[in-house]
Amino acid sequence: MATKLPRKDVAIIGLGWTGAILAHELTEQGLDVVAVERGPWRDTATDFNIGYAPDELRYAVRLELFQRPAQSTLTFRNNDAQAALPMRQFGSFLPGNGVGGAGVHWNGQTWRFLPTDFLCRSHLEQRYGASFVPEELSIQDWGVTYEELEPYYDKFEYLAGISGKAGNLDGKIQAGGNPFEGARKREYPLPPMQMTYAPTVFAEAARAVGYHPFPSPSANLSRDYTNPLGIRMGQCTFCGFCERFGCANYSKASPQTAVLPVLMRKSNFTARTECEVVKVNLDRFGQYATGVTYVDSSGTAWEQPADIVLICAFAFNNVHMMLVSGIGQPYDPKTREGTVGRNYAYQTNSSVQLFFDDKIFNPFIASGSLGQTADDFNGDSFDHTGLGFVGGAGINCIPTNGRPISYRPVPPGTPLWGKNWKDATRKNYLRSFQFTSQGSSYAAYANHLDLDPTYKDRLGRPLLRMTFDFPDNDIRMSNWVTDKMEIIAKAMNPRQYVVNRRARPYSSVPYQSTHNTGGAIMGADPKTSAVNKYLQSWDVPNVFVIGASAFPQNAGYNPTGTVGALAYFAADAIINKYIKAPGPLVQS
Amino acid sequence: MSRARASAIRNAVLAAALLAPCAGAAVDLQGFDLVERGRYLAIAADCGGCHTRPNGGAPFAGGVSLKTPFGTLIAPNITPDPDAGIGAWTDDDFVAALHEGRGRGGIRLYPAMPYTNYTKMTREDALAIRAYLRTIEPSSEKYQANQLPFPFNIRANLAVWNELNFKPGRLVPDSTKPAEWNRGRYLVDALGHCGICHTPKTFLGADRNSAYLQGATLQGWYAPNITADMRKGIGRWSVDEIVAYLKNGANRDAIATNGMAEEVVHSSSAMTDDDLKAIATYLLSLKPAAPPSDPVPIVASDPRMRAGQAIYKDSCAGCHTEAGTGVAQLFPRLAGSHAVQSDDATTLIRTVLFGSHGAATAGAPTRPAMPSFAWRLGDAQAAAVITYIRNAWGNAAAAVSASDVKKIRNRP
Amino acid sequence: MADRFSLSPPLGITRRWLLASTAALGAAGLASSALGRTYRGGVLPWEPNDTSPPVPVRPGPWLYFTADEAATIEAMVDRLIPPDDAGPGGKAAGCAVFIDRQLAGAFGDSRRLYMRPPFMPGTAQQGLQSPLVPKERYRATLAALEAYCKATFAGKGFAALEGAQQDQVLTGLEKGEIKLKDADAKVFFTLLLANTMEGFFADPIYGGNRDMAGWKLVGFPGVRYDFRDHVAKHNQPYPLPPVSILGRSDWSVPE
Repeated sequence: MATKLPRKDVAIIGLGWTGAILAHELTEQGLDVVAVERGPWRDTATDFNIGYAPDELRYAVRLELFQRPAQSTLTFRNNDAQAALPMRQFGSFLPGNGVGGAGVHWNGQTWRFLPTDFLCRSHLEQRYGASFVPEELSIQDWGVTYEELEPYYDKFEYLAGISGKAGNLDGKIQAGGNPFEGARKREYPLPPMQMTYAPTVFAEAARAVGYHPFPSPSANLSRDYTNPLGIRMGQCTFCGFCERFGCANYSKASPQTAVLPVLMRKSNFTARTECEVVKVNLDRFGQYATGVTYVDSSGTAWEQPADIVLICAFAFNNVHMMLVSGIGQPYDPKTREGTVGRNYAYQTNSSVQLFFDDKIFNPFIASGSLGQTADDFNGDSFDHTGLGFVGGAGINCIPTNGRPISYRPVPPGTPLWGKNWKDATRKNYLRSFQFTSQGSSYAAYANHLDLDPTYKDRLGRPLLRMTFDFPDNDIRMSNWVTDKMEIIAKAMNPRQYVVNRRARPYSSVPYQSTHNTGGAIMGADPKTSAVNKYLQSWDVPNVFVIGASAFPQNAGYNPTGTVGALAYFAADAIINKYIKAPGPLVQS
Repeated sequence: MSRARASAIRNAVLAAALLAPCAGAAVDLQGFDLVERGRYLAIAADCGGCHTRPNGGAPFAGGVSLKTPFGTLIAPNITPDPDAGIGAWTDDDFVAALHEGRGRGGIRLYPAMPYTNYTKMTREDALAIRAYLRTIEPSSEKYQANQLPFPFNIRANLAVWNELNFKPGRLVPDSTKPAEWNRGRYLVDALGHCGICHTPKTFLGADRNSAYLQGATLQGWYAPNITADMRKGIGRWSVDEIVAYLKNGANRDAIATNGMAEEVVHSSSAMTDDDLKAIATYLLSLKPAAPPSDPVPIVASDPRMRAGQAIYKDSCAGCHTEAGTGVAQLFPRLAGSHAVQSDDATTLIRTVLFGSHGAATAGAPTRPAMPSFAWRLGDAQAAAVITYIRNAWGNAAAAVSASDVKKIRNRP
Repeated sequence: MADRFSLSPPLGITRRWLLASTAALGAAGLASSALGRTYRGGVLPWEPNDTSPPVPVRPGPWLYFTADEAATIEAMVDRLIPPDDAGPGGKAAGCAVFIDRQLAGAFGDSRRLYMRPPFMPGTAQQGLQSPLVPKERYRATLAALEAYCKATFAGKGFAALEGAQQDQVLTGLEKGEIKLKDADAKVFFTLLLANTMEGFFADPIYGGNRDMAGWKLVGFPGVRYDFRDHVAKHNQPYPLPPVSILGRSDWSVPE
């Protein structure tokens, strides 16, 4: 038996963005909160020392800050006919690990989803007719609206000190911002970042061909900032070491820079690191969580009783925790019944690389979210009639880095080594840049998460099994948007441009995006969602599952802004509804 | 307050009443106003700084190690426990400890207990602190205070020391000065004992009064000049900036670190704005007798300055900025900083080698930290970059040598 | 569920780990047991001089390669990145030293990766499925390649071949046209090329990119952290030289 610890009000699994936000909000109410984190403690000055933080080999190639596959990984297959095999090293996506989670090593691109994204199916059926949505897609409404989330988006943006320009203030379109975005109540907390050269060239071209580029909203701070918790953050210095790195100078919003200094001052908060939660413990009826069992680094097991359990790990780890704990009914793609593991989705991206002779872009002067976006073809901001697909993509010119182990653009046909490779690399490194489309990933009935029958993790639990391929709909969408990108590329008049389109089958090997979503989705119907609109488990009402696992499908935006908004929305519901009357917040 | 805590206080009061028959009858031990006044004075005198172990030690139960040049002393338990603490002491015993440096039964205290300052405290304030301490939960933790080596462990020697260095007596207000100034001096000298760190000591450990609050080295740190000297002191700060520093641990330019961070967290952050203003007013009145001649900065072409500038640009400017301006409440300003231009660079060297962290207060909770560079910079390189920041942007101070750095690297 | 789990020992116990473990003793009345690394609310943790910089690679004998293997790798990296007017090749830049030190460390034995059986062949989309860790793959493939070269080129090993012949062999590996006994030539070539490029462009602290040659070739300024003075200077070359984790020549103080 695991040794039983004294009871806590709240046990949180994972101390990343959502765990830190929930811990802060709930400790403010006087609740006694413990967060159990699988990875190590991470602190700016100690772990992201400015002298070695910008080390591409260690952090971007050997993946120091990420979940170690030796500790846990997933198995993967493209479809049910294949045998899933373990991702022995991560490639296509890189789940975070340690205090701060993926909030440590993200790029900082912080978006709100479109109002129509939250009404995904009902809006499309209303606008285009009931049969418009392709049969392969299992897209759903979220059960929450943009208008409900707006104050919580705002709260996260002000916590993180997002730099940007509003495009829609209370319904009035603002010059310089995104004219397609949902209405916001006030401006961003900080003005947009200073632009580098490549996005400037991109924006001029996009504007010339009739699109509406604007500065991408950024958690790299354009100025010094004091957030509403009183925590100070610094101005971004454009070092170009965001994604896969911790920020050394407090200028990228993260749990470390935006929440932990205040959270750690509270005597009713405790963090336990290098402790992995094995499962959420349920009562003998499986209807109430009694706490969590975790294993420390010595292998000793501890039982932490708690009145509320918040599953705040990375998206697919949330799903894994539910499955190994027996919370909710696992999804079966054959019958399309069950909820846990349903609607796993991703991101559908493409890119265009441009080569110039007469322009120097200094790709190393960059930050993770410094750039320009044209949102003309995102979501349902354009008429899909006759296009044969649903969904869309943002077109982003956000050159995040020029780190040369990973980034050495050369034109196609250049050898990978030898004299010609060397000449081409030298000639093109400074004179090239890329822009991308980040497309929606619409859930399909065939794509799902469940437990692997063969492979186990170090604790003896089955690995999570991912079954995923791009739906035909998403490939059609991505190709159509990529055609628009070519129009912009031509307008820049480069020596050469190279289009990289998205194609089936999805591969788990090359890096694409760590925007894994779904599997524990929110919704209004317990038959088709694992959690209600407050992210409360339909089946075990004192368990809340918080993160991108709740997205019924993924939009053409980075998820963190919406994850932050959902975290605040859930915190508000726990404080103002659940604690006052524990039990289901929505009757099933 | 928990029921256990409340009953402990009742017991303590009862025990004190039983065990201290000589206690002055005029003191209302349960008077809220007196206890509250005592609580505030104990904060201003930072009793907890030495008598409460950091990170969750029982309040005033002692156990903090004080490393003095003569050896280690352990701060004793001053809770009302009659055996382990001072519950059995009379008020007169208590006042004698503060005013004369004598414990119960006349035993001489080591001057790590700042009775050289507390002697200036009024008897009323001393008794208020005593009343407050009586309400603290008794702790049975016991410590052997004296862990000094021979001959410093012979308390009799203290009689000689006191004879030479200790002038008992209350602080007499200066009637020519405003009340605020007098209050400030009382807070600095009688309660706050700022001079313990900031006034240099003689070889016997007594204050060098001629250099009052002009900066001193202590426990391997340099506590800077806090007089109104424009370069080495805090003369460039306004009253409000000093108040912000003491209250929040950070102001526009500087962030309290190390020992000063502890002081801010335990003491000045909990003091009233009026008292902090009084302290600032008093400190800013401490002007150098004659304006010091401006030192000549080391020229930029000096090889140490050139190397230092390159290191600074590549290692430091990302936070402190190329112009040395820093960022308020995040990265201390170096240009014009008195701490950077101090005569003694001990703290600078330690900070560059081993890093440091700021104070965290309600008003400035960030607690930013400086990363360590001992792994990256050799002795000569660390010396060069420190020499550079001491002589760039209008700063001027003596160069730091590689051997200065080596000494601190080897004996942190 | 068992109350104890057999875990592999933690990789690299840091000073902070020890401090935190000690701090956890006595917590919650469980005087002899740690609860894991516990950070109690009250203060943001921080310790002086607590840091984990990379350990600089020192020149000296090969740590993993045999002398023969090293000669082959040095020859290979110098064909993959040939010396020319624009700068040194892979050998002079230290790429072979880099690979040697990487194989001797955590990368070489895949200790961070999921290496549990069963190993089964899969699709390209499922990624490499092999129990062979990089250092074993280098050793096995180099042995097979040496045998191949000696059989094909009249008894000469790879290092003794003419440059053009070496390129011919490397191309054969790259395209999978050379079949080696008990070794996958193509997988090896992909690994070798990736490691060579890592060696040429990683921080010099790891033994390659000597004198920041790789960075100078393309114009990458290294570990600089502050470009605020250049961000608005569009279409202008960045003027300052690269910096490595261990600094640059301008940092040295003349005696």
